[in-house]
Amino acid sequence: MKNLIILGAGTAGTMVANKLRPKLNTSEWNILLVDEDETHYYQPGFLFIPFEIYQPNDVIKPKRRFLPDGVELIIGKIDRVEAAENQVKLFDGRQLNYDYLVIATGTHPRPEETPGLEGEAWGDTVHDFYTFEGAVALADKLKNWPGGRMVVTIMEFPFKCPVAPLEFIFLADSYFTQKGMRDQVELTLATPLPGAFTKPVAEKHLSQMLADRDIKVVPDFYTEMVDTDTNVVMSYDEEEIPYDLLVTIPVNMGADFVDRSGLGDELNHVKVDKETFLSPHYNNIFALGDAAALPTSKAGSVAHFAVDIFTENFLEHIAGRPMTHRFDGHANCFIESGYGKGILIDFNYDVEPLPGKFPLPGIGPFELLTETRMNHWGKMAFRWIYWNLLLKGRPIPMVPAEMKMAGKELELIST
Amino acid sequence: MTTKEIAGKTIHFDDSGFMADAKEWNNEVAVELAAEIGINPLTEMHWQVIEFCRQDFLANGDAPNVRRITKQAGIPTKQLYKLFPKGPAKKAAYVSGLKKPTGCI
Ligand SMILES: Cc1cc2nc3c(=O)[nH]c(=O)nc-3n(C[C@H](O)[C@H](O)[C@H](O)COP(=O)(O)OP(=O)(O)OC[C@H]3O[C@@H](n4cnc5c(N)ncnc54)[C@H](O)[C@@H]3O)c2cc1C
Repeated sequence: MKNLIILGAGTAGTMVANKLRPKLNTSEWNILLVDEDETHYYQPGFLFIPFEIYQPNDVIKPKRRFLPDGVELIIGKIDRVEAAENQVKLFDGRQLNYDYLVIATGTHPRPEETPGLEGEAWGDTVHDFYTFEGAVALADKLKNWPGGRMVVTIMEFPFKCPVAPLEFIFLADSYFTQKGMRDQVELTLATPLPGAFTKPVAEKHLSQMLADRDIKVVPDFYTEMVDTDTNVVMSYDEEEIPYDLLVTIPVNMGADFVDRSGLGDELNHVKVDKETFLSPHYNNIFALGDAAALPTSKAGSVAHFAVDIFTENFLEHIAGRPMTHRFDGHANCFIESGYGKGILIDFNYDVEPLPGKFPLPGIGPFELLTETRMNHWGKMAFRWIYWNLLLKGRPIPMVPAEMKMAGKELELIST
Repeated sequence: MTTKEIAGKTIHFDDSGFMADAKEWNNEVAVELAAEIGINPLTEMHWQVIEFCRQDFLANGDAPNVRRITKQAGIPTKQLYKLFPKGPAKKAAYVSGLKKPTGCI
């Protein structure tokens, strides 16, 4: 018997198990999944909880419900991978031997990485919405918040779902407007990147949206610490942003075992080939989803496209044949923009987000880089697609793993 | 795309104003690009950062962020900010002839 071990039963790990189980003979292959948590969280839904668009129950379901027969789920916290011995060690002392290993343990917020963040103010004047608990606590806070300076800070790049802070601030604008208190709220977005939009075509199409909504952007702001006594965020440049309510996107890091196992970069993301996800050091270790250090967005859609490519390659790889499929970095993300509208972006390693129609060229129904109601409905439909198609490894109609240029308008931007 | 004469060479710049082709870069170009954004002279420590950024870009295809530069090149963040004030990742990338560090959108 051969053992395939998948570390992490989140979006990517669950999809891999569902895709590979029917393709690997049960008399030859065991598939084991390891995760510390029985609950599957629909993380894109965390964005909507603070504004009471989703209720907490909308985003949680038992992991086992999404796993096929013939896959064993082991609940435990991973301590390390002994890559030279093809072994995984859990904190409870269990040791699991593998022939092939897929690391899909994601990336997670680490407020402790920023001095000052995790003190007594956490959950009071300082919040996040990147965890289930954080999103629920923020909903509670916003209910009775009298208004003031709301500051959203991105602590480090890369982080998962890079459009989520923008969506959050758009939704905040819409939420406070509906509550009739927008004039009592100042909205500021601080980012370590050179702007809220950094790709030329997207910047041209979308940057006005922030000014129109009276959202202030502080670019090149790299947070050094948060002073929760005086309520200011300080940058390494010694710039200060005062706040009444701070909503942070904490530093995102991969699991600590990745570092202990010598497989990670400075943020514990696993170094792998960007087209095949194979480790450059071990011929039987792959990393998929947010856990992998790839120069594309960390998003559920990316994990989905990546798993399609990976599945084909994996079957070739175990048969001793060269892997013939190449991942292009395809990402497809809906950006909720408030007031019942949204934007869609579609891009890959080489092509930045461009305007056009998606998925059918000239028809849509979705419009790229444009705010429409239909795009908002696409975002809302994603939850159903996620639970019913995506996790189970079923194809999403008309959305291929490889990015298509058809339907996109090429624009020449010159300075 | 625009071109400029720098240190006796014709250099191509992209729409963000960063060098379009890292291969057109050399040490003299770096000195001029640095002076242009107010960094003058380039010290030993500056060169250490530039070296690292170029190597990392060649290996990974992306200009490194602040955390990566500090951890891998062993330079404390505060010091990196003294060397390249106000946005060290962006400025170091500019002087090193690399593309502007960007997000997905
Ligand atoms: C607020 C927010 C909004 C988002 N919006 C979108 C969106 O609109 N569209 C989109 O495509 N994506 C979105 N995403 C991103 C998407 O949720 C992730 O990219 C996706 O879930 C990544 O899947 P993954 O399998 O790599 O990691 P995860 O789904 O996070 O799974 C990792 C698993 O590993 C387990 N694990 C980690 N460490 C250990 C350990 N040491 N031992 C045992 N188990 C461990 C965890 O319990 C978890 O189950 C959003 C994310 C957030 C936070």
